[in-house]
Amino acid sequence: MRKVYVSVVAEFDPEGKVTPLSITWEDGRIYPIDRITKKIRAASLKAGGQGIRYTVEIGGRETFLFYEKLKWFVEGKNG
Amino acid sequence: MERVILHSDMNNFYASVECLYNPGLRNHPVVVGGDPLLRHGIVLAKNEIAKRYGIQTGEVLWRAKQKCPKLICTKPHFDLYLEFSRMAREIYCEYSDRVESYGLDECWLDVTESIGLLGSGKKIADEIRTRVKAELGITSSVGVSYNKIFAKLGSDYRKPDATTVITPQNYKEIVWSLPVGELLFVGQATARKLNRYGIRSIGDLAQNDVNVLEYLLGKNGRMLWNFANGWDRSPVAHENAAMLVKSIGNQMTAPRDLVSREEIKITLYLLAESVAERLRAQRFRCRTVQIQVRDNTLFTYERQGKLRSPSCLSSELFEKALSLFDEKKATERPIRSLGLRACSLCPEEDQQLSFFEEAVQRQKKETVEREVDRIRSRFGHFSIQRGIMLTDPQLSAFHPAEDHLIHPELFFKNFSDTKE
Repeated sequence: MRKVYVSVVAEFDPEGKVTPLSITWEDGRIYPIDRITKKIRAASLKAGGQGIRYTVEIGGRETFLFYEKLKWFVEGKNG
Repeated sequence: MERVILHSDMNNFYASVECLYNPGLRNHPVVVGGDPLLRHGIVLAKNEIAKRYGIQTGEVLWRAKQKCPKLICTKPHFDLYLEFSRMAREIYCEYSDRVESYGLDECWLDVTESIGLLGSGKKIADEIRTRVKAELGITSSVGVSYNKIFAKLGSDYRKPDATTVITPQNYKEIVWSLPVGELLFVGQATARKLNRYGIRSIGDLAQNDVNVLEYLLGKNGRMLWNFANGWDRSPVAHENAAMLVKSIGNQMTAPRDLVSREEIKITLYLLAESVAERLRAQRFRCRTVQIQVRDNTLFTYERQGKLRSPSCLSSELFEKALSLFDEKKATERPIRSLGLRACSLCPEEDQQLSFFEEAVQRQKKETVEREVDRIRSRFGHFSIQRGIMLTDPQLSAFHPAEDHLIHPELFFKNFSDTKE
């Protein structure tokens, strides 16, 4: 697995809660986030990192999005 | 009431953090080591695979490489370790308000008051292990017992990723068969001494005559005897208990051996500036200055002397340190490392006021040094330097305050009320 840093559009509400709204993939394609089902602190053993892990639904598929020290990454496939 | 104490130990801490961030390393023998070019080339931590080659913490890197030619050596990232240590503590604090760190990777928790709510000590221990693994990506081992000493032995008993419970019923089977050197505070020298008298296991120690032990080891003999029998009543400190600062010091191994007086002066200035900055940041002054000198044969000595009045000025610390170095020299060989320590601390509010000219001068100097602190915090450490530093850029490139030296917290202060 690769550690793929991505751009994210997120909403910061007045209470300080952060909600990611969409992800821009390496090739420029934008994927809106349909739903966030879980948010916990977690390590990514696959990509090698640690931060707040959002379980998000994009186009009906579930994936992990990590917020690690002001940067966002996803666990990408190799190659 | 019997206490329930946990000791959590994150396995191979530095190496685990490095392997987490570099998954490619995970299946190789890995050590975290200092920079050999700066002569900090020793093993700070190793992973399980490196351990199998017999590599030991504290060993010099070239020797470790001889044992395992494929060894991968990574540089330490202390900021990450501090961050992970803080996050682990956050988890622990969800289970108890009595949480006491012992170094960055170890911690005691007194969960006596929590078991009614959260389940047995073992259940809490397992839950903590699961959470640390999921949230931080690091395995840990946890010891559960009725005192701190046995809890610590429990966390060492089975590694990695395991819980060991030591009770008043089973401690003789588990603890007493262990070699005496496993007991906290039995170092190599004490273990050798005890072995010489036929005391090889912790059980031997526990069943020995306490008067004999006291004769051999002084009052520590009685303390260790108590520990071996599980009679340790020392409390787990409260989570926000203030850490008692007794002294502030820095030590540096120079990138090359120091021969000239100029080199000694540069190094002492670096240390004095760092220590003085930390004194001011923590609102302390010191009455005593101590230096530690190590030459290239590793012969080491310490000297200390009193200041005329309490100070937080780098110039005064430096002058004292240099005069200690000059007047009480114990070696003529090139110097490998120097340390400077500010002792007998007092709070800065306790300053004696004075009308004399000298006091006014010192006040001015302090204002200047505080201004330097401010400039450095805004623009970086090297934005402002003493002229002498420019004469030797290799030596002065070192910045002790950022080059963390992390020592386990003083432990003995809590071990006064041991039951007899």
